[in-house]
Amino acid sequence: MKSLAELAAIQDKVKDSIVLPEGSGDVRVVVGMATCGIAAGAKPVYDTLTDGAKDLSNVTVKQTGCIGICQFEPVVEVYEAGKEKVTYVKMTPEKAQRVVEEHLKGGKVVEEYVYNYKPDQTDGGYGTLAKSDFYKAQKRVALRNCGVINPESIEEYIAMDGYKALGKVLTGMSSDDVIKCVMDSGLRGRGGGGFPTGRKWSFTAANKADQKYVVCNADEGDPGAFMDRSVLEGDPHCIVEAMTICGYATGATEGYIYVRAEYPIAVRRLEIAIAQAKELGLLGKNIFGSGFDFDLHIRLGAGAFVCGEETALMTSIEGNRGEPRPRPPYPAVKGLFAKPTTENNVETFANIAQIILKGAEWFASMGTERSKGTKVFALGGKINNTGLVEIPMGTTLREVIDVIGGGIPNGKQFKAAQTGGPSGGCIPAALIDTEIDYDNLTSIGCMMGSGGLIVMDEDTCMVDIAKFFLTFTVDESCGKCAPCRIGTNRMKEILDKITSGTGTQADIEKLEELADHIKQSSLCGLGQTAPNPVLATLRFFRNEYDAHVIDKKCPAGVCKALLTYKIDADKCKGCTLCARNCPVNAISGKVKEAHTIDTDKCIKCGACMAGCKFGAISRG
Amino acid sequence: MLKKISKIPFSGTPEQEEQLRACINESKHDKHLLMTVMQKAQDIYGYLPFEVQKMIAEGMDVPLEKVYGVSTFYAQFALSPKGKYNISVCLGTACYVKGSQQVLDKICEILGIEPGECTMDGKFSIEECRCVGACGLAPVFTVNEDVYGRVKPEEVAGILAKYN
Repeated sequence: MKSLAELAAIQDKVKDSIVLPEGSGDVRVVVGMATCGIAAGAKPVYDTLTDGAKDLSNVTVKQTGCIGICQFEPVVEVYEAGKEKVTYVKMTPEKAQRVVEEHLKGGKVVEEYVYNYKPDQTDGGYGTLAKSDFYKAQKRVALRNCGVINPESIEEYIAMDGYKALGKVLTGMSSDDVIKCVMDSGLRGRGGGGFPTGRKWSFTAANKADQKYVVCNADEGDPGAFMDRSVLEGDPHCIVEAMTICGYATGATEGYIYVRAEYPIAVRRLEIAIAQAKELGLLGKNIFGSGFDFDLHIRLGAGAFVCGEETALMTSIEGNRGEPRPRPPYPAVKGLFAKPTTENNVETFANIAQIILKGAEWFASMGTERSKGTKVFALGGKINNTGLVEIPMGTTLREVIDVIGGGIPNGKQFKAAQTGGPSGGCIPAALIDTEIDYDNLTSIGCMMGSGGLIVMDEDTCMVDIAKFFLTFTVDESCGKCAPCRIGTNRMKEILDKITSGTGTQADIEKLEELADHIKQSSLCGLGQTAPNPVLATLRFFRNEYDAHVIDKKCPAGVCKALLTYKIDADKCKGCTLCARNCPVNAISGKVKEAHTIDTDKCIKCGACMAGCKFGAISRG
Repeated sequence: MLKKISKIPFSGTPEQEEQLRACINESKHDKHLLMTVMQKAQDIYGYLPFEVQKMIAEGMDVPLEKVYGVSTFYAQFALSPKGKYNISVCLGTACYVKGSQQVLDKICEILGIEPGECTMDGKFSIEECRCVGACGLAPVFTVNEDVYGRVKPEEVAGILAKYN
């Protein structure tokens, strides 16, 4: 690639295949084929569509990344020139065959299969995804190409203005200009910490060295978070482009992408993207004839959560046990291979090209005063619409849960939202009107985190959740420093005591004291944040802890040791089903007479309650 | 997390060794590629037996203890192979009180291995698991995807015979 003109020529050639020209009669069909789509069976759907459309000259069928509506996979979208796109959900090869016959060949939408189909809708309109509550409040910047382009085609990326930002940077901006632009945009690290990206870049740029590096942290380890995977699977070129821009701005000529081995599709698409970029000269020597060289390597993680910490990640790339290093020296001074290094998370990089192209002001116009732009969340847990959402900073939690998420299933009450995974905290129902941004979340003892947003309802026990996350950190502690290695274990033991009904008030105080020590004295982010789930739940749900230690009850009915199952003698018909279902023969009673449960024998598995046809068994 | 180290004699083929040597030769100029080589070695052998770790250490010219250190740090690296049929016995409360420990003991006795190990012929491996959520069927164990419920120790031999 020698010039912007050359890039523009490629763009002109392929643009019409994505942005279909009006009146052309062209049809573009995309099938969501990220990990989630493929797991739900998108491949045979894709094959049926490709096969069915092979004789139709005006129809192209392409794979694409995550469209965002996880619970409706496999998803197929049909774009027609000058028309609203049509979103087909929960597709099967049989349904796809009907879409081929009736829609692609016959021009008639198969309404029963579309998103949000309501049989009683009489106006003939069908809910398009773009107009739905789930999409309306979203703003797609980092995910702009996910679910739109074919991630394995560099041409399609270029058609959507891809590599134009890199061209603009290399042909007309100084490295200072680039850093200033990123700094002015107000972009902050999307991995969770929220450090201003432009400042990070300026530190590395200021250090002189014979070799510097750019590292992309794609070791997404939070349980329930898949934002980075979706970007890598749906738009891998945007990371390649942004890392090259970062290299130019900071003076680095080599980059590493550290990606989880558990993400094979992301790895494969990154490999394809890097190979394609090299072939077109968008990576390698003398990019855009500017004299700037940049090369990228992929390194696979091997299943260690701590490697998401920046210094541990670098130790791992160097081929060692992924243990963190003390800071300072910071990576900007002495990072990968002891050279100045800039490390950013996938989502941070995914914003860069847009900031360069549309300008710092455009980006800074979105969001709140100190948190600019958008944030991607993986919405999950007890919520109707699970999926990948990107919202402007400052959106309230209420809007995310009630509007985008469509509320809580089965008419249950919202209790709290957990963010930041094992390092984060929770936002209780009382604070549902909190505007989501870095500082607001920090001020309530929570954190933005990388983007996992787990919704919890009245049936979730907050002590149990705290224990769940702590068990995770105990397993994942690398063992290098004592506060984290030993302290988290002791905290977990106390939580075990509390959830098994033997805890005391003094245990809760000990828990708080320990948490404080671990936060103060751990070496890296993993240990420093490990007590957060406990502290946050203690702060907002102290009453639940008290119920566990004082009343020996679990209000949500989760902690088995504190539950008792009871049979209501008035409701029991004596059908004996429960006695037969009980795995430990704890239930006795004569036929057609009320049964009773021997609570000493009962192991609280719930098999009796699940099977009872008369609702006679209660838990308390 | 302590990893179970296999006692099965190493049975690598010359072809596997050739593949491993080729991949070591590709990477030995850069010791930082140790993990990449180990990941490829695990793809070739299915796990990282001591003999393979030694080949890697010598080939890459790094101390064996470093290879061992890396292999035990990351969850992805296995020091014991999984059998063609992986048996997972539920030791959740319901299964335990219904006698899953006896079922597990019987399986171990028949196969002559401990949980976390694999039979010499590579056919069976055993692991313990937490509740699989089928308490009504207790005691439960699974062989790959197949679920067996309400199992009595004396039925184990017959079930395992199906996988011969």
